[in-house]
Amino acid sequence: MSEVKFSKEHEWIILEGDVATIGITQHATEMLGDIVFAELPEKGSNVEKDGTAGVVESTKAASDVYTPVSGEVVDINQAIVDDPAKINEDPEGTAWFFKLKMKDISELDSLMNKEEYDKFAKESSS
Amino acid sequence: MEIKKTSLNKLHQDSQAKFVEFAGYEMPIQYSRGVIEEHKFTRSHAGIFDVSHMGQLFIYGNENLTSDLEKIFPLDLKNLQQNCSKYSFLMNEEAGIYDDLIITKLEDGYLIILNAACKEKDFEILSDILSKKYKMELSNDRALVAIQGPKAVEILNETINGVQNLTFMTGDWFDYNGQKLFVTRSGYTGEDGFEVSIPNDLAEEFTKSLIKKGAELIGLGARDTLRLEAGLCLYGHELDLNKTPVEANLKWAISKERLSNGGFVGSDKIINQIKEGAKQIRVGIKPEGRLIAREKTKIFNETELPIGEITSGTFGPSINGPIAMGYVDKEFSKIDTKILLEVRGKKHPANICKLPFYKKSYVKGVN
Repeated sequence: MSEVKFSKEHEWIILEGDVATIGITQHATEMLGDIVFAELPEKGSNVEKDGTAGVVESTKAASDVYTPVSGEVVDINQAIVDDPAKINEDPEGTAWFFKLKMKDISELDSLMNKEEYDKFAKESSS
Repeated sequence: MEIKKTSLNKLHQDSQAKFVEFAGYEMPIQYSRGVIEEHKFTRSHAGIFDVSHMGQLFIYGNENLTSDLEKIFPLDLKNLQQNCSKYSFLMNEEAGIYDDLIITKLEDGYLIILNAACKEKDFEILSDILSKKYKMELSNDRALVAIQGPKAVEILNETINGVQNLTFMTGDWFDYNGQKLFVTRSGYTGEDGFEVSIPNDLAEEFTKSLIKKGAELIGLGARDTLRLEAGLCLYGHELDLNKTPVEANLKWAISKERLSNGGFVGSDKIINQIKEGAKQIRVGIKPEGRLIAREKTKIFNETELPIGEITSGTFGPSINGPIAMGYVDKEFSKIDTKILLEVRGKKHPANICKLPFYKKSYVKGVN
């Protein structure tokens, strides 16, 4: 398994073989507040790096979820659609959003590591 | 313009509030527990809301003032008992709504609670109509603190003895640390509760005493989900200058005594709309599934023709599902009418439903 990488849109991504698992960060859930709705891409669809690949809504507002890399959606986490509160409980673990079969693994290179992301998140929220 | 702060601002900060700017004030949107927990706590215990940004307008006068105010508000103020409150509107000639408000008859005049974003303009409009005949004070030195929920009466009565005797939509003056508080049994959450008008310098200590007795601070985020579940209108969303009280389905707030003779600003339009019916009307809407339809979402009928728009939409924590209010053409306003909501380019099924979404538990008196 690769190291976890992070995007400026507050997604995390981890690669296993050529399949990447993507979710939103703890920091993102703290900014959003209680999540009450999640919409995920369709299984089998193709998504493009930095394109929208879902929606999360808190009691206050809707936010797009972006994909930090391109690929084919091979799995989605139906459990978070059925019970969106799970996203607040374990955003960087069991509440992953979708899995992509990556086309170009080098797309990961431009993303941040944990240390860089933590710094970015701290700066962008202050 | 510098952002204004209420006298509870420091307490909000100390309570880890997340702030937003609302009507020129720095106000807490939520605290560390989050909107859903705050909402549920209010419904099961007692929530404290800082609503000091709202306008507290005192107008002093006697019978002449009552007759003059009847030229403005569609209320039977002559027969309103002292210390009794009514929900009403400030309207233009077209019955468009400048603001919705609560007016209470006092011994020496009236207290009107106005929306924060509208209060300065309301003051101008009212002083123009009343041609400065009466002393009017838009208070800057009083905070307004609401306590709402099933435990509110018990907690507040420990701090201010006697408030338990107030019934819904009545108020009175009470002594507190040598100063006068005006307490009304009212609120905007669908729960039993009170609003306390208190001098700024006592507000923090007073609020802390409520917290000590088990009430908790609740932010504007939960205030919005609570009022929406209770089917209550929010100015700037359900109500504005392009809507009339009849269209807003608030006919109940217009005194029957005033409908025969009119004589208040906007009365011709109101009387005509009641007779002819309004083209569009405010309704409750329940999307199917978990979909949330926000303000400005377009509403369609089953054959996909546009019939209206959502004015507020969110997730209702006590309903455990999405809820909304909006305006639809009258012929589609019947309960259980199937409609479609366009969210992110797709049309989703929803139903017109009865308001409120959440049943209220007010302590009603005889008035």
